[in-house]
Amino acid sequence: MSEPKDAPVKKLLLILSKATIENVYACFILANGARMEGIESEIFYTFFGLEAITKKKLNDLRVATVGNPAMHIPTILGGMPGMEALATSMMKKEMEKLDIPPVDEFLEMLTASGCKMWACKLAMDMFHLEKTDLYDDIDGVLTVGGFYERAAGEGSHLMFI
Amino acid sequence: MTTTIAGQEVSVNAEGYMTDLNQWTKEIALEIAKAEEVNMTDKCWEVIAWIQEQYRNENPLTIRKVGKSGITDIKEFYELFPNGPLKKASKIAGIPKPVGCI
Repeated sequence: MSEPKDAPVKKLLLILSKATIENVYACFILANGARMEGIESEIFYTFFGLEAITKKKLNDLRVATVGNPAMHIPTILGGMPGMEALATSMMKKEMEKLDIPPVDEFLEMLTASGCKMWACKLAMDMFHLEKTDLYDDIDGVLTVGGFYERAAGEGSHLMFI
Repeated sequence: MTTTIAGQEVSVNAEGYMTDLNQWTKEIALEIAKAEEVNMTDKCWEVIAWIQEQYRNENPLTIRKVGKSGITDIKEFYELFPNGPLKKASKIAGIPKPVGCI
């Protein structure tokens, strides 16, 4: 058995496929936390995850109140008009208390920290998104194969969210 | 536990973080910085002083707060203290290891 110290995590590659705020923040906090530890990090935005870097949508992400048993409210209530917005604003207030920034500022923090960000080409085609629709400071548009190439090397880890 | 840094007896924890800021001197900081492979520029010292001030005022540190300190921005902070800026800067500043995730 090799000791953990012999094989440190050198690079964390996260694949963000969802746009609910809890998933986006989980991804951002993991990517940022890696940079804080001196670990390289990259995010591949695919499918609905693209919303987190779509200029018109990124500051309007919501928490899921339906189909989310951890909300502990009846599904029928979760579906009422305004519930998503209410739950989202409550969550955002709690996050601000912990010094967790809003999505646009978090993206700035991540790029400043050296986290690399890639948009998935296929998902962009599917949602009819152009590069100009996306956050300006992403590093580029990649295919799945291109993203895997970036995972090359010892100590690289892939994580799907 | 105690150890000797820059010729002085210093209380540290198992990870080498100082446990008594009153014992901190620039000479100690320089020796810790050397071990952490940080090249101490004037800007680094300004950041260290700001971090110590936050600790004395009991403000928990985050990368975001450093970015808003008016002393440096996040990009520069990563350049000043490569490979884990908040941890390294805290160690050099003689304060405990930061416990936050952001």
